[in-house]
Amino acid sequence: MQVELNVNGEQASLMLDARQTLLDALRVQLGLTGTKLGCNQGVCGACTVLIDGKPARSCLVLAAGCGGRKIVTIEGIADGAKSSAVQQAFIETGAVQCGYCTPGMILTAEALLRKRKRPGLDEIREAMSGNLCRCSGYAKIIDAVKLASERVPA
Amino acid sequence: MSAQSPANAVGQGVPRLEVREKVFGQAQYVDDMVRPRMLHGAVLGSPIPHGRIKSFDKSRALALPGVKAVIVGPELPAHHLGAFIKDETALAREKVRYIGDPVAAVAAVDLATARKALGLIDIEYEELPAVFDVDEAQKPGAPLLHENYEKYVKVYPAEFSGRNVLTISTVSEGNVDQAWAQCDVIVEGVYESPAQAHAYLETNGALAEFDAAGKVTVWSCTQSIFKMQAAISEALGLPMAKIRAIATRVGGGFGGKSEPGTQIIAVMLAQATGRPVKVILSRDEDFTMMRVRHPAKVRVKTGAKKDGTLVAREFDAVYDAGAYADESPGVVGFGVLMARGPYRVPHVKSVGRGVYTNKLRTGAFRGFGNPQTAFASEANLDDLAAKLGMDPLDLRLKNAMRPGDTWVGGQKVEACGLVECLEKLRKQSDWDKRRNSPAPAKPGKKRGIGVACLSHISGVLATSAIVRLLEDGSFSLNTGAVDIGQGSDTTLAQICAGSLRVPLERVNLVNPDTDASPYNWGTGASRVTYTVGRAVASASDSVAEQIKQRASIIFECAPADLELREGGMVGVKGVPGKVLPYGAVAGFSHFVVGGPIIGTTALMFDGPGFDPKRALLRGVPFSNLGAYVFGAQAVEIEIDEVTGKVEVIEAWSAHDVGKAINPQSVEGQIQGGVVQGIGYALTESVEWDGGRVVNPTFMDYKIPGALDVPYAIHPIIVEHPEASGPFGAKGVGEPGLIGVGPAIRNAIAHAVGVRLSVMPFSAERVWTAMRGAA
Repeated sequence: MQVELNVNGEQASLMLDARQTLLDALRVQLGLTGTKLGCNQGVCGACTVLIDGKPARSCLVLAAGCGGRKIVTIEGIADGAKSSAVQQAFIETGAVQCGYCTPGMILTAEALLRKRKRPGLDEIREAMSGNLCRCSGYAKIIDAVKLASERVPA
Repeated sequence: MSAQSPANAVGQGVPRLEVREKVFGQAQYVDDMVRPRMLHGAVLGSPIPHGRIKSFDKSRALALPGVKAVIVGPELPAHHLGAFIKDETALAREKVRYIGDPVAAVAAVDLATARKALGLIDIEYEELPAVFDVDEAQKPGAPLLHENYEKYVKVYPAEFSGRNVLTISTVSEGNVDQAWAQCDVIVEGVYESPAQAHAYLETNGALAEFDAAGKVTVWSCTQSIFKMQAAISEALGLPMAKIRAIATRVGGGFGGKSEPGTQIIAVMLAQATGRPVKVILSRDEDFTMMRVRHPAKVRVKTGAKKDGTLVAREFDAVYDAGAYADESPGVVGFGVLMARGPYRVPHVKSVGRGVYTNKLRTGAFRGFGNPQTAFASEANLDDLAAKLGMDPLDLRLKNAMRPGDTWVGGQKVEACGLVECLEKLRKQSDWDKRRNSPAPAKPGKKRGIGVACLSHISGVLATSAIVRLLEDGSFSLNTGAVDIGQGSDTTLAQICAGSLRVPLERVNLVNPDTDASPYNWGTGASRVTYTVGRAVASASDSVAEQIKQRASIIFECAPADLELREGGMVGVKGVPGKVLPYGAVAGFSHFVVGGPIIGTTALMFDGPGFDPKRALLRGVPFSNLGAYVFGAQAVEIEIDEVTGKVEVIEAWSAHDVGKAINPQSVEGQIQGGVVQGIGYALTESVEWDGGRVVNPTFMDYKIPGALDVPYAIHPIIVEHPEASGPFGAKGVGEPGLIGVGPAIRNAIAHAVGVRLSVMPFSAERVWTAMRGAA
């Protein structure tokens, strides 16, 4: 079926199989490979994207149902070559190791900071708890979100 | 190496070289790659735990539109491979030995078609009795997994028995049997640890493509491009000159990507179809086909004098190797070599056996046998402290190795910061207060703190580096070492930049490629910073000497009168104005005299080995391992009195790293290791039922999330320079995980008085033990 998707502010008209996930459409049809497949079960969060500003597991969302909704992937976060506050904080705090969970982590953090300007430490831990990381031990990821939140104008 | 390094090179927590591509979503992992006319591959695992392949029929699978090739194990020639014992083939040929054992593979136009075709391959098996337990497997009459075991090629002097025991390692020093009489207190226990899954976020995958000349390029997530090149050659009989292995970005490895994943299968399918083929495992396939950490059952007996002086240690371990040897001989050998731990114990006897069972193979995993050893030894030591009535930290401090002490077998250890680790741990964790008069726990909880020490190695085997001065005064650094996410690219570039006194931006790190890179055994054994770093520092020093030699021609002076200056300049000592940028020296070398400036170093770890006059070492694949590293870890926990659930509320992890080249990366390794250790201790265990893995998903196999671990995990960096290391550095990749299990176990004992002997310490297990003790 033909579906109009709005991804990172651009319209794309895609021919989709009804069973196709949003993750698959993004990666295979649009070549947006920054969104990762980790478990294909909605547990690990590596495939997190924003749908109408809310974090969603793109491996559990059918692409055909996303017509008319605004989708943002990791490729749509920066302003050209200028990193977002969250991206910049991830760079500076050492929050990135293998990098496979990073796109999902950043999108989850972006969604949190759009909702809450100055989240506390426990709020950050809670918000990030649906995204698994096997490398970092989480401390530096939490530091990154905290640093980014402090830089967002109140 | 110059004593003073540029501000942004050695010792600074500079951001990763590749970090921007990772936060922008541009990092290319193997599944992100697409090649023209690329096909997708899928792998069929055995449905039974043990059986003989009687016949097969692939006609139904081939008839499915879109299927381009189907390969079944019995069609392959008998090429065997294996890191230590050549007991595997690319696909199972005659027998299948575990549920999930790869037996056939398909290439098709898309993944869905390839997966569908797997179900259309008809294979008839004669099912054989299977054995899943290491004790059962060693009994007379138990089913044999490898009837031809004795004929397999082994790359070390293996010792084994006929009953599924594939390797026996023995290490002994002094005379344990006579030593028990000198002991006032003896404590013995049996400690069991689970099969931990690597659970890297990126599953195994590879993409292979042949060119018209018959040379194959293989992109994959691997810990060693050189091991992949060799393994593909061995498995398929292709000459190594026809195999080019390239590392993509790697989404975590932890040992699980040291040996082949799907590389060999991708090459076979590409060969059969003449088209590029990508084979990426799904999460459950990765869980059921690849490898996990060895479950181990360890008996430990330790004897001491009344004052706590350790006298003797006996250690007897059985490791479940699963269906194939993989890295078991190394893991078992290393596990027994670590049995004494970082203590002065004159009498030691340590034996380990690796046993085949009809389960997933077990292999390298962060710690390489040492986490199992540390759990048993450090739990046993805590029990000894309790029996002696001593503070467990004091007992460790009393017996800790000091600089100049020897490892089992006589290797002298000059750099050893264990005492400082323990002292800093005591201070920063406020040990004495938390141990003796802890703050009250939350209502309904019990609180405790526990400690464990660890020792490990950093080193092993061969490596090399090439440093080349470019015309503009920058450098290219080429080692072939794969950064699997731990940050070694940055650390190595810092070592190069620091040695040559240039800003980090002036070093270009070459992506690992067997067509271009010099040899590197692999990313593992906490070796890249130390071993590859040594090669980088040495090659950089050679470049520095050549720069001075060429500049001496220009300045008409002796090379000894010249010095490197900050920012990439060479100048005459004592004459500030007499100076040339490296670019000028490079131009002179490239176009006038001498030729390009290239420094190369190739080395094999060359530290002191085992002294056969002093101790006995049998069936161990290595006797010369690397630089020893030391650490001490403490955790504070709370236990829910109603459910038995254990929560780690704070952790401290002190490590002697020699020198932290990049402290931010060192902290990341420590914190990540501690959290993987918390998972190992509390929730992670691959479980089997009738040979079938019952929890092959992240839904059922629980790795820690952000709320399952404390934010307060304090890395404590101790720096006792290792003379042989680059800038004094040694490794820290594995140690963070090693002592966490026993530290938690010992904290549980402190909190509620139960001394657990089986990991993980699930709520059920803790609750049951608490009930039993009450």
